[in-house]
Amino acid sequence: MPTAFPPDSVGLVVPQMAHFSEPLALACGRSLPAYDLIYETYGQLNATASNAVLICHALSGHHHAAGFHSADERKPGWWDSCIGPGKPIDTTKFFVVSLNNLGGCNGSTGPSSLNPETGRPFGADFPVLTVEDWVHSQARLADRLGINQWAAVIGGSLGGMQALQWSISYPDRLRHCLAIASAPKLSAQNIAFNEVARQAILTDPEFHGGSFQEKGVIPKRGLMLARMVGHITYLSDDSMGEKFGRGLKNENLNYDFHSVEFQVESYLRYQGEEFSGRFDANTYLLMTKALDYFDPAANFDDDLAKTFAGAKARFCVMSFTTDWRFSPARSRELVDALMAAKKDVCYLEIDAPQGHDAFLIPIPRYLQAFSNYMNRIEL
Amino acid sequence: MRADLEIIQDWIPAGSRVLDLGCGDGELLSWLRDNKQVTGYGLENDPDNIAECVAKGINVIEQDLDKGLGNFASNSFDIVVMTQALQAVHYPDRILDEMLRVGRQCIITFPNFGHWRCRWYLASKGRMPVSEFLPYTWYNTPNIHFCTFEDFEALCSEREARVINRLAVDQQHRHGWASKLWPNLLGEIGIYRVSSPSLQDHQIAV
Repeated sequence: MPTAFPPDSVGLVVPQMAHFSEPLALACGRSLPAYDLIYETYGQLNATASNAVLICHALSGHHHAAGFHSADERKPGWWDSCIGPGKPIDTTKFFVVSLNNLGGCNGSTGPSSLNPETGRPFGADFPVLTVEDWVHSQARLADRLGINQWAAVIGGSLGGMQALQWSISYPDRLRHCLAIASAPKLSAQNIAFNEVARQAILTDPEFHGGSFQEKGVIPKRGLMLARMVGHITYLSDDSMGEKFGRGLKNENLNYDFHSVEFQVESYLRYQGEEFSGRFDANTYLLMTKALDYFDPAANFDDDLAKTFAGAKARFCVMSFTTDWRFSPARSRELVDALMAAKKDVCYLEIDAPQGHDAFLIPIPRYLQAFSNYMNRIEL
Repeated sequence: MRADLEIIQDWIPAGSRVLDLGCGDGELLSWLRDNKQVTGYGLENDPDNIAECVAKGINVIEQDLDKGLGNFASNSFDIVVMTQALQAVHYPDRILDEMLRVGRQCIITFPNFGHWRCRWYLASKGRMPVSEFLPYTWYNTPNIHFCTFEDFEALCSEREARVINRLAVDQQHRHGWASKLWPNLLGEIGIYRVSSPSLQDHQIAV
């Protein structure tokens, strides 16, 4: 039975694989001799390759940002609300590239891949990666695709950090940088949340120092807890209140500790459960470290304006009022630095109740401004 | 272009760096960018105006003027502009201080509450003036700090800000002989260019 995709969907997409055999030197001092990157593309690259847009994913994201992998896939890609014909990242205008970052667990080389040197999964031996490393690997993917300069590099949250790093590391290779619900570095509170998530994984007896794969187990409990604590920080108090309130699964309280009583408990358990079945624990550790380490100003006397002095891109920064994980104040910090560095920048603080997750949600004002910005981009 | 903006642009030298407080839909900044190579930012807090600025490619920053300009360094702009917003902010005196700190010169426009029609309305009806130009009633007006030209100039002199230019115009932004003769009585809108007390006199080519 052929299923019709919505008219504003990019439709059926097929992931592609790029193999790189030139070693990639990493910030940690080690290097990866060879690696694969899995990616998807939407739209057509024009003759001058001036319409390419790079999508950078967040903590648990991947290359499948838009469209469907099959006619019966239940949900489209994670940013389908923003990518497609007539959507803010309009695929009738732009050629969109979305990849799974190095160290990921959705097809790109990562801790769960086989280490060619040992013939066993990398596991905990996979090098710790930084946002800079990712950007270098993405630049190689751009080379491979014949893209000398991105029309825009776009990302939310950790993805926004990659977009920012692009403007610093490769100032000539992008014209626009869009950092949404992002930050120039994590706060202590943010690192603290990541550390709780890491400890949940590291102390799970099934983690086996990262070699769980070889033992044929997964640290399910740890991953689940990590996701649960993460998930709480992605929502706002209001959105949780509205979604669940103090609603109960059943009518009565059980006066025990093992039953799932409140709706919110059930939801978090479901989210954790689902996540632990699809995500690699070592990748989760790696992604949270990349977040914690990101601090581009550290190389510029902790002066954020100086950090962006060499950037040539135009910037668009957006934040959401109830986002407390990457609060508007952090975006304003970034915007102030960009203005001090005399860069072109737009800043929007979108009133939205959904917390950090708002950047994934089709909020009318957000989509309108996003579209207006993207429509202005000259090819 | 809006008539008051037409007058203002004349006071902004080509290539200047401008901060526009309450930049609306970005009309002034986009004109200055296209015709005078002016760079800078517009601060705005109305979502529709912001979206329009983004569509025009204006550097618009969502920011509440009542929270001040603490995120801008002193003397970081050639000119700070604020059109028709002085009467709508919570602390006009503080925002004036901030403008004088951040910009070398400031251009400010505001409605004159000392205009004869306001005086006549209040004197004859005993009620707060409502006009086509200022159509709000006292309880729903965004304009919470009306002043007259005399009041504004008193504030400038208190802050030792120097008034470089003053134009009193009518609603059509004409500055005829009458408003030149009795600005505080016959001028409806004031367009002022002031400079900071700490700044040396310097010639700006207009």
